[in-house]
Amino acid sequence: MSWYLTFPLVIPFATAIIAYLLRSSTLGPWVSIVGSGLGLVASVALMGVVFDAGVVAGQMGNWPAPFGITLVADLLSAVMVLITAITGFAVAIYALGDITERQAKLGYHALFQMLLAGVTGAFLTGDLFNLYVWFEVMLIASFGLLILQGGKEQIDGGVKYVALNLISTILFLTGIGLLYGMTGTLNFADLAVKVETVENQGLLTVIAMMFMLAFGVKAAVFPLFFWLPAAYHTPSFSVSAVFAGLLTKVGVYALIRTFTLVFDQDVGLTHTVLLWVASLTMVIGVLGAAAQSDFRKILSFHIISQIGYMILGLALMTPLALAGAVFYLVHHIIVKANLFLIAGITSRLTGGTEVYKIGGLYKSAPFLAILFLIPAFSLAGFPPLSGFWAKYIVVKASLDAQMWVVAFIALAVGLMTIYSMTKIWAEAFWKPHPAGIEPDLRALPNKTAQIIPVAGLAVLTIIIGLNPDPFVVFAERAAGQLLDPSAYISAVLGTAP
Amino acid sequence: MEQLLTVLIGILVAASVYLMLARNLLRFLFGLILLSNAANLTIFVAGRLTPGAPPLVPDGMDAPVGDVANALPQALVLTAIVIGFGLFAFALILAFRAYQSLGTLNTDEMRVAEPEDPHP
Repeated sequence: MSWYLTFPLVIPFATAIIAYLLRSSTLGPWVSIVGSGLGLVASVALMGVVFDAGVVAGQMGNWPAPFGITLVADLLSAVMVLITAITGFAVAIYALGDITERQAKLGYHALFQMLLAGVTGAFLTGDLFNLYVWFEVMLIASFGLLILQGGKEQIDGGVKYVALNLISTILFLTGIGLLYGMTGTLNFADLAVKVETVENQGLLTVIAMMFMLAFGVKAAVFPLFFWLPAAYHTPSFSVSAVFAGLLTKVGVYALIRTFTLVFDQDVGLTHTVLLWVASLTMVIGVLGAAAQSDFRKILSFHIISQIGYMILGLALMTPLALAGAVFYLVHHIIVKANLFLIAGITSRLTGGTEVYKIGGLYKSAPFLAILFLIPAFSLAGFPPLSGFWAKYIVVKASLDAQMWVVAFIALAVGLMTIYSMTKIWAEAFWKPHPAGIEPDLRALPNKTAQIIPVAGLAVLTIIIGLNPDPFVVFAERAAGQLLDPSAYISAVLGTAP
Repeated sequence: MEQLLTVLIGILVAASVYLMLARNLLRFLFGLILLSNAANLTIFVAGRLTPGAPPLVPDGMDAPVGDVANALPQALVLTAIVIGFGLFAFALILAFRAYQSLGTLNTDEMRVAEPEDPHP
């Protein structure tokens, strides 16, 4: 069984090594594409196994849990690994038209695969310290990708990104140390059992808040998000697409994992804090976006506001709300990565991302305009796209919990999302280009490699939107596993809890 | 010993917070490495400081005999030191490159990616 768990990890690592050795050759991007394709196959296989079995656990080096390192996939992990592989595959293809020869020679493809490995590892691990190590793998790869172009902007954004992420890492590490001191274990499943027997429950809540801070920085929630809009608009478009899709979502995943499995003793306190954080994150993110005029800066602030919806799902802690959070995670990764990829095509066609200085796309590139409208409407929550169902579930869950104000905020933020999308639409697509350029999609070099991933992700959004039933049922199953972790615990520890 | 180390951790954190609040990027980085050392010491102390025999397994047995020290906190600290060292080396080089290309280490003046007036 554990083969299914290790392949999604081993493949990107192996690909990274081969891609590094071939970094000067023209084969580099193709290695990355083939590797990502194989990774996708491995994730689909894992998904198939987990879908049937519920939870799959594997003990690395045959050390029984909780002594060795456990890899474990429940439905949430499996779907996150799958969506990571899909995004990775799309961005690997897109890189053909986006990554310059110089960046490839500096090792872009190797770093990219390393990032995918780090993200996948974080989703699959069943051990807190191992999660820290995967965070570091992911972090160091993202540092490299961020400053690969080496311009002033990248360095400037990189400094803030590196500084704030390192502080979060240290907080995480301190939390791990204290939690180990209290429970004597770092295995998630074992922790879930042991925390209930700890005498000093108050101190445990303190540690829980420490983890909330550490993961909150990674997830870019209010008021810890400042590194995100400082950095996400600076690197090349492939990089910002994969960052926007995956990195913050690892933080959200870690929050969901720890605050459903380990820290569920003082739900009244921790999840109330999360509720406030979620509401403020939604509002501040969408307001920040309204003030921006750069395509990618607008999208960056929207990541923050959308993170709020996922945290809201976690904060409500009902089966429907958690299902909404899972559904939202999947929907958001697809849509957000897609929008950043489109920003790249727009920039190459019109010569910039500052929306007041570009335009004319609707008239001369109507196909691209349609491709933009699909994820943009999905982000804002228009039926029948995936975003509508994601928002619908979260809002319905908050109404069921009689949180009227929160439900109102969620709906109002959705409305304001349309405002920003309208701004991009009106400025970049509708109005004529101020410099008189008539952007033409046909003149784009390597256009097939850029259009295919964008169109593919858009089709995925439409499929989820038109046929949400199996996805909602899946999300509800995943939420059921999160709320009742007995299957998870017995799969890891091999005993009934 | 625990009390002594706890005080040391407190001093380290205080010093690092003082350094990190400075505008100079280099001071910030020095604060960061002090903080990461404080975190490492925290793991060390939280793992209990017990004098004990090294946890070596004798020939032909599956487990060490008698009372042995817990090796796990040390293993965690060692991993954290190595990772922290790598990240710090990267951050130092980044600061150097920032000084080269931006001409300053004052974080208030680092506004290239987020200009104060985006519509000049």
